Amino acid sequence: SKDMALRFEILGRFNRARAAKLTLPHFVSQTPLFMPVGTQGTIKGLTTSQLEEIGCQIILGNTYHLALRPTSELIDELGGLHKFMNWPRALLTDSGGFQMVSLLHLADITEKGVTFQSPVDGKPMLLTPEESIQIQNRIGADIIMALDDVVKTTITGPRIEEAMYRTLRWIDRCIAAHKRPHDQNLFGIVQGGLDPVLRDICVKGLVDRDLPGYAIGGLAGGEDKDSFWRVVAQCTAALPEDKPRYVMGVGYPLDIVVCSALGADMYDCVYPTRTARFGTALVPEGVLKLKHQAMAHDTRPIDQTCECMVCKNYSRAYIHCLVTKDAMGSQLLSYHNLFYMMKLSRNLHSSIVEGRFPEFVCKFLQKMFPEGDVPQWVCNAMEVAGIDISSCCSPFPSS
Amino acid sequence: MKFSIKAWSKGGGRAGVLQVGGHAIETPALLLTTRKGLPNFIPPDLLSSLPDPDSRLLQFSPLHFSEGISLKTISELGGLHQMLGLKEHVFAAVPRDSIISLPEYQSANKMGASFETPCGRLLIKPVQYMEMISSMKPNMWATLADEVPAWVSEKRNRTSVDRTVRWLDECITSNVAANAGGAVFGSIVGGSKIEERKRCAQEVAKRDVSGFCIGGFGLGESMDERPALLNAITESLPQDKPRQICGLELPEEVLQGVAAGVDLFDSTYIYHLTLGGFALTFPSDDIAKCYSGEQLCDNGTDGTKINLKATVYRKDTSPILEGCKCYTCQNHTKAYINHLFNVHEMLAQILLEIHNTHHYLGFFRVVREAIKRGTFQEFRQNFVESRRDRIFAAALSA
Ligand SMILES: [Zn+2]
Ligand SMILES: [Zn+2]
Repeated sequence: SKDMALRFEILGRFNRARAAKLTLPHFVSQTPLFMPVGTQGTIKGLTTSQLEEIGCQIILGNTYHLALRPTSELIDELGGLHKFMNWPRALLTDSGGFQMVSLLHLADITEKGVTFQSPVDGKPMLLTPEESIQIQNRIGADIIMALDDVVKTTITGPRIEEAMYRTLRWIDRCIAAHKRPHDQNLFGIVQGGLDPVLRDICVKGLVDRDLPGYAIGGLAGGEDKDSFWRVVAQCTAALPEDKPRYVMGVGYPLDIVVCSALGADMYDCVYPTRTARFGTALVPEGVLKLKHQAMAHDTRPIDQTCECMVCKNYSRAYIHCLVTKDAMGSQLLSYHNLFYMMKLSRNLHSSIVEGRFPEFVCKFLQKMFPEGDVPQWVCNAMEVAGIDISSCCSPFPSS
Repeated sequence: MKFSIKAWSKGGGRAGVLQVGGHAIETPALLLTTRKGLPNFIPPDLLSSLPDPDSRLLQFSPLHFSEGISLKTISELGGLHQMLGLKEHVFAAVPRDSIISLPEYQSANKMGASFETPCGRLLIKPVQYMEMISSMKPNMWATLADEVPAWVSEKRNRTSVDRTVRWLDECITSNVAANAGGAVFGSIVGGSKIEERKRCAQEVAKRDVSGFCIGGFGLGESMDERPALLNAITESLPQDKPRQICGLELPEEVLQGVAAGVDLFDSTYIYHLTLGGFALTFPSDDIAKCYSGEQLCDNGTDGTKINLKATVYRKDTSPILEGCKCYTCQNHTKAYINHLFNVHEMLAQILLEIHNTHHYLGFFRVVREAIKRGTFQEFRQNFVESRRDRIFAAALSA
């Protein structure tokens, strides 16, 4: 179709789940895919060569932060964000709207755009859809996001409807403002809260615009898990087969597995790196809190099945004595956690391509829930996804 | 461990080879200061990007492990090399590191030395210290010293020498010492008193040690009184054993040590530069050419280092130092590092520590070459004068 800077080729499926090759201007990536967040043009504590070694394919930059410092004009002048941070692979930037609403108390949304108080001089500022796209055009990421009207999923009432319709009106302004459609892909964001009718209207409206890809927004904001997966399932079912689907702000390994089973392709979250800084490692069993006193005597690696640089060399005991005290502690844990997320992405991809996705999901759930106490919402989602997980659920659920 | 001298230069300075841990490392050499055995910021997988084998020497303080991990666990893990995944590196233990493990002379007593550390103030007795050494199994280790600042009374200074010599005996004769392995570096103190420095060096030289660790510097003595003190020490020591020093930071101070015949130095300087956002840029490859005085630098610099936090680097797409082969200069611009400092991102320190370490190792290489050429004295004079001129010129233009 018209004006697209990507190719999305599905290599394998299992029911709703799909594994694809996503060809972007700077990198050919494989989905399902987790994208780590590098807010200010860096993933905290890791070098770009480490990120390549870990297997990161697309990383996120936050438009709001980059526009403040070093500014999009400077990034543009110096040749774009790829060059600025020396990252040869793909980048994605958000619209900046969500960051404003979540970080600044005084942000207010009107038809014109998001108004907020400048954190620099306190003056009132306005971020319009046009401006968000202009800034993102200057930053130069492979994927850019439309400015949407974000509301908390826990809010109810007419505000949800207003936000959804405004998001649809704004997408046209974003498309019109987009000056680099041949080297940047504009993704539209599905809004509509937890209301299936509104979500449906939004999906249809966006699909009519024939965008290179679609995101499911407004989730991972404290809604209950059953509502969460149902929205994902509804949207993935209605979005076009031949376009990537990105669930924004999702990053727990379990959520990624469930969403992938429901047909989503891309994810982003600060969780793996943020939790690393607080001393928590991601492991197949769930999480490992390295701060815990028991770790002081534990000579095993963080995860015996992990082949990362950290697990090959370091014991839990040594990491325990670093975490939350020394920079190196969070550097090593971030490395492991991202390695874990990228390995999860690769395993999702290959198990779908090789036709053993259900086995992979079952193994994943068995590790995480050895007692068979798989949460009900996961069971419900997997039923819709057509994945039989009865072998890893306990026959007599306790509740 | 084996040590041999390859060349002497007039005006002091000796070039040697330290054979340790399977490497032949040329001296004068830099020991990389670590925190709990790993560099402050450089990730372990990037250590291999530094010059080899120059970057193989790592210095650590056993006191860093006073909290969070037990000696028993460190032993179970097989010692430091195993625990840190750096089996091909050389570890040198020194109780004091000038950064987070500092001698606290007022709380030391006849039982042991006292240190100010992140785990609080610690009193370390020789036997405890030896337990640390024997569980960590470093390649080299300095004995426990009672380090005092320059201004203490003569009596306190004499006590410090007596204790340090006695603790040396306790360290090497303790029954855990046999189990410790590694080359023993006898600690030498004596403050700012030449006679005490001599007495201590002579006493330590009588003992069965493989090398010497000169302590008590960088603790309030003036740069001018240092040469006489250093010479008094090195003249009292046998020629054929390596001499390590703690507390000399700046290039000028290192050159003072080299001139007096010191072989091994620590890299505290790099740590302090890196935290402050400074990158070393002094030319050291071809001193005569580079110090012809043409390129006096603009803002954010004193001609020997630049401050990457300075606004002037906001749009500077050149590397920190043109021609530098380090990972940072090969991959990143000043503009990017300036941004990382502005937004307080940890990668700033990582990249800067890599460059500064690389650069300082280069400085040591040039020093060794000057000694081997027999031109150390001229080198030192040129270096010190031109650096002084540059700092002065930068101060005038500021
Ligand atoms: Zn790992
Ligand atoms: Zn460099």
